[in-house]
Amino acid sequence: MAIARTHILVCGGTGCSSSHSQALIDELNRELEEKGLLGEVQVIKTGCFGLCALGPVVVVYPEGCFYSHVTEADIPEIVEEHILKGRIVTRLLYQETVVDDKTIKNLNHTKFYEKQHRVALRNCGVINPENIDEYIAMDGYEALGRVLTQMTPDEVIQTIKDSGLRGRGGGGFPTGQKWFFARQSKGDVKYVCCNADEGDPGAFMDRSVLEGDPHVVLEAMTIAGYAIGAHQGYIYVRAEYPIAIHRLEIAIKQAREYGFLGNDIFGTGFAFDIELRLGSGAFVCGEETALMTSIEGHRGEPRPRPPFPAVKGLFGVPTILNNVETWANIPRIILNGADWFAGMGTERSKGTKVFCLVGKINNTGLVEIPMGTTLREIVEDIGGCIPNGKKFKAAQTGGPSGGCIPASLIDTPIDYDNLIAIGSMMGSGGLIVMDEDTCMVDIAKFFLEFTVDESCGKCTPCRVGTRRLLEMLEQITSGNGTLELLREMEELCYYIKANSLCALGQSAPNPVLSTLHYFRDEYEAHCVEKRCPAGVCKKLTRFVIEEEKCKGCTACARACPVNAIIGEVRKPHHIDPEKCIKCGACMETCRFNAIVKR
Amino acid sequence: MKSLEELAALRERMKNNVAMRQDNSTATRVVVGMATCGIAAGARPVLTAFVEEVNRRGLKDVVVTQAGCIGMCKLEPIVEVFQPGKEKVTYVKMTPEKVSRIVTEHLVNGNPVTEYTVGAYME
Amino acid sequence: MNTVNLKINNIPVAAPEGATILEAAHIAGIRIPTLCYLKEINAIGACRICVCEVKGARGLAAACVMPVDEGMEVFTNTPALQKYRRTTLELILSTHRTDCLSCPRSTDCELQQLCREYGVDMDRFTKKQQNEMVDASMPHLVRDNSKCILCRRCVAVCQKNQYAGVIETCERGYDTHIGCAFDMPLSETACVACGQCTAVCPTAALRERDDTDKVWAALNDPTKTVIVGPAPSVRAQLGECFGMPIGTNVEGKLVAALRRLGFDQVFDVDTAADVTIMEEGTELLHRLKEGGPLPLITSCSPGWIKFCEHYYPEFVDNLSSCKSPQQMFGALIKTYYAQKAGLDPKNIVVVSVMPCTAKKFEIGREGQSAVGLPDVDISITTRELADMIRRAGIMFTQLPDEEFDPIFGIASGAGHIFGATGGVMEAALRTVSEIVTGKELARPEFREVRGIEGIKEAEYDLAGTKVKVAVTSGLANAAKLLDRIKSGEAEYHFVEVMACPGGCVNGGGQPHQSGDVRNFTDLRSLRAAALYSEDEAMTLRKSHENPVVKELYADYLGEPGSHLAHHILHTTYVKRGLYK
Repeated sequence: MAIARTHILVCGGTGCSSSHSQALIDELNRELEEKGLLGEVQVIKTGCFGLCALGPVVVVYPEGCFYSHVTEADIPEIVEEHILKGRIVTRLLYQETVVDDKTIKNLNHTKFYEKQHRVALRNCGVINPENIDEYIAMDGYEALGRVLTQMTPDEVIQTIKDSGLRGRGGGGFPTGQKWFFARQSKGDVKYVCCNADEGDPGAFMDRSVLEGDPHVVLEAMTIAGYAIGAHQGYIYVRAEYPIAIHRLEIAIKQAREYGFLGNDIFGTGFAFDIELRLGSGAFVCGEETALMTSIEGHRGEPRPRPPFPAVKGLFGVPTILNNVETWANIPRIILNGADWFAGMGTERSKGTKVFCLVGKINNTGLVEIPMGTTLREIVEDIGGCIPNGKKFKAAQTGGPSGGCIPASLIDTPIDYDNLIAIGSMMGSGGLIVMDEDTCMVDIAKFFLEFTVDESCGKCTPCRVGTRRLLEMLEQITSGNGTLELLREMEELCYYIKANSLCALGQSAPNPVLSTLHYFRDEYEAHCVEKRCPAGVCKKLTRFVIEEEKCKGCTACARACPVNAIIGEVRKPHHIDPEKCIKCGACMETCRFNAIVKR
Repeated sequence: MKSLEELAALRERMKNNVAMRQDNSTATRVVVGMATCGIAAGARPVLTAFVEEVNRRGLKDVVVTQAGCIGMCKLEPIVEVFQPGKEKVTYVKMTPEKVSRIVTEHLVNGNPVTEYTVGAYME
Repeated sequence: MNTVNLKINNIPVAAPEGATILEAAHIAGIRIPTLCYLKEINAIGACRICVCEVKGARGLAAACVMPVDEGMEVFTNTPALQKYRRTTLELILSTHRTDCLSCPRSTDCELQQLCREYGVDMDRFTKKQQNEMVDASMPHLVRDNSKCILCRRCVAVCQKNQYAGVIETCERGYDTHIGCAFDMPLSETACVACGQCTAVCPTAALRERDDTDKVWAALNDPTKTVIVGPAPSVRAQLGECFGMPIGTNVEGKLVAALRRLGFDQVFDVDTAADVTIMEEGTELLHRLKEGGPLPLITSCSPGWIKFCEHYYPEFVDNLSSCKSPQQMFGALIKTYYAQKAGLDPKNIVVVSVMPCTAKKFEIGREGQSAVGLPDVDISITTRELADMIRRAGIMFTQLPDEEFDPIFGIASGAGHIFGATGGVMEAALRTVSEIVTGKELARPEFREVRGIEGIKEAEYDLAGTKVKVAVTSGLANAAKLLDRIKSGEAEYHFVEVMACPGGCVNGGGQPHQSGDVRNFTDLRSLRAAALYSEDEAMTLRKSHENPVVKELYADYLGEPGSHLAHHILHTTYVKRGLYK
């Protein structure tokens, strides 16, 4: 194969794919062919770059130009100007990378990437995930080779233990410990499972790893198979992740062809194979016992522990389950050593963590930071602050199982224990930023609606309790709350936490409890003053015309769909609160800012 | 795949292919002027020759890239070599034949081929 | 077995290794409330009513599934736990139709009992009912999801004990409910009508179809002669409904109660059971001689028959063509007895009292009408009879013992033991071996086929012919046995199958026993013991020696298996398959 002088990397992650990055690839190939450049320029579809807010993303090497929001119409210009004539198309560049007309900054030195440290995501956006050779070029399968030929299973487990790696799926259980237990369990048949049932709203870390670097998961699972004495692995992946599934299928096929899966791997006689199992979108199947029940072909519901999966898991035999991001760390730990990994992060949380930065933030996307990075660094530096200059109000971590971190705690270094201490949790890594326009009661309601919907219905506290809790929140947001109701609600929260069967129910009240803790005044405003301070809860919001500002132009009255605004021309108008449906059309129409939300 | 050696061999073969995608800010950059004037004067074969020669010798930390018009159209094809902490060296009136020598003497041994530079030409 | 030492509520307990907190507490004399738990088949930790505190543990432990550990310290009844349990109950009530005053399970409802114990506030949570679905598509039971607490005991018995699995949890979260696939009515499924679900349901979400109104109406109709016959096992269980110890034989009080309710004749289905032995024994000998089809499989249990038709239609030809004792009873009343008493069968109402809900289905089957009328008009369960006795103001425990009306009220010990698994087999063996050998048995017991084991096998030598028999109860066990026969792994001449685990004594229509009792008592053995001891105490222990039976054949039917006997006492089956 001839060495290409230029590589054009086009993001093929789900985000960019849905904004038609495949069409860009087709168009690029067509243009290049027309210009006779196909031989010297290579177009590569990669996994996610992380800066999803800027998609579709095209990166050209060796210059390292980061083109954002590229459309098909831009392609001829990129090829003609940049590829053919070497003139970078400045107008398409991610603006932060533009230093001056002549110079561009390497992406790694932009604020978004600078504070990141990519371990799990190291190959995402760099290699072609459908080409095993590119994975190998990035030291792929070297760790597996070393493990099989140079290490005993106990040494592997010790290395993982020493690294301090903790499960990235939510609970933060020490990974090495989990493997150790499974190795201790007696049994001829054991299983290794990968949890790729990512279901938190706004979270897509695992999907990005699978889409961008599927082989890393296969390699890590095979290493674990060797360590615990298993010969079969299952990847439980959501059916809603078609690109990830497609690339995993390709990766498994390639790994089998190269002999990284199958019998006699690296000539050692060790046998391991991996199969995919598609989940049909139940959030609870991210819970380990529910996931295994689902793989077994039953209704996906958690089962009581003990027995723990390391003793009695999938099909009743010892099983380990780690999530995608955890797996993605394993080969690097083997190659670079436990000390290298333990050198990153905080006292009890080692390494890095991938977060999905979403919500009211400029740089929506995927970030990987060393543990111990503060929330402020994530929001202000990496995330590029909040759009429209609004103020940061809170961030939700841990998805619907987590809690809200208020602005007062923005300097908390993020790790497992600190998050728990402030009433949230790491979860799988969703990070939702909220600005001053967010009503915290409404947010709690949003997350609880999710868990109510996703409860499997097995145990009473979660099935019925969360529903009753949601109804209480609805009472509050519709103006029927009382302080007594707040007390009852809090009590019900603690009941659900204590009594639910699995982590889903046990953590379901967290968004309510943490908002109650940090934003009690907002709840009280809803209950006592019947007012929503952020102006979000419709039933508690009133649109009012300020008489002194109203010119009586009648624009608002004409805009009102329910004729709720009355008044004579050139005289102040009034809104009839009985008729008003709080659509806000009047406020948008008024040219004098005379209409306010109270 | 039956041994680490076999894997290492494959990796070495594949490595050059992806090396370009790393952070290259500390690398030597060979910039070929590829505006209309450069292309018309024969910059393309020069660029290809650099890419091939660098790869043939397996040079690490060398990036062959392109730029637009540098402004001295009559001296095209022009190639600029940037090395961190050193003066820029500009070669003019380049041909594919000159490439091998520049790579050997300048990129590998650190001695610019003075006779091809713009300075020599101007004198 | 190793023991584990722990403390429950500060009481030292030694429990076997692997025991749950619930079981260890029982040893210590501490009852922990349960709702969803059913020993062996439903250890799912779902209802959360049994949560306990374990010192040093991260959260609460569900006592029904948490194994004990050496040195464990458990608390089962702290103020916090009481409050939690109360909330759990209050949450359940917020989805429950609480028409408790007139609910058929009132005073017999496990939820009600716990609500009383924990002093719940019935209105703490705003009531929002979710599932008003009532499925009355089957003749034997009614499913009322407004009373369902989603404990899933029904699902467990249906799937694990009975192999049918026609009900499952559907949808999720708050919309979770018990239903059939695609929420089809039960009648569209391969439900076998065994009614095990109604026996284990802690509330009134699953109950037999109440046919007592029909019985009251018949009793009050002066133009009708109403004849009743209770099944063998009813006498061993009815006492439980009136607080008597499990396994009390109340045959005499049962007869007295039926008479006081106003039945014109109180006969015994056990007599018909003796007739069944005559017919089935003859059929067995015939098939042995003619070479099949073998094995001959008993047909007394209508749940089993329906199961076979749905799930193993290839075995339909192996089923004995004999009607069940209930149907033989009805058929003989409307033919033989009607003739003898000079009654028009049209004016006779035959009521059977059964341990079984499938009997309600059976009376409506085709081929169950000897004179063009249903052989049996109304079939009620043991539980329904108890309700009637209560409503009639009969003080059951104080009744004198009375005897069945003799015309069709004398039964052998063989007829009595029909109610327990292995009973039909043993009764048949007693008769068949004496017929074949022509000699009286030294001992009439065939103990190998007794007991509650899932599958029992034995081989007997009948005058030089080796006869291999198998006995099974519980349809999951039956399925296992049939699979073995199908694969050629096992070969038998005669097989007894009872749909319900343990046979009729544990039938779907038998008195409710709460989880507290079921999980720590072997209901099947205790109840069966009452029947076996009755048999033991009798001199008449073989069907063919029953004078009523002898007279029936001499005066009316001729020989067992005669043309007339076939017309009145035999039936046919259909191959149903799993889906309609």
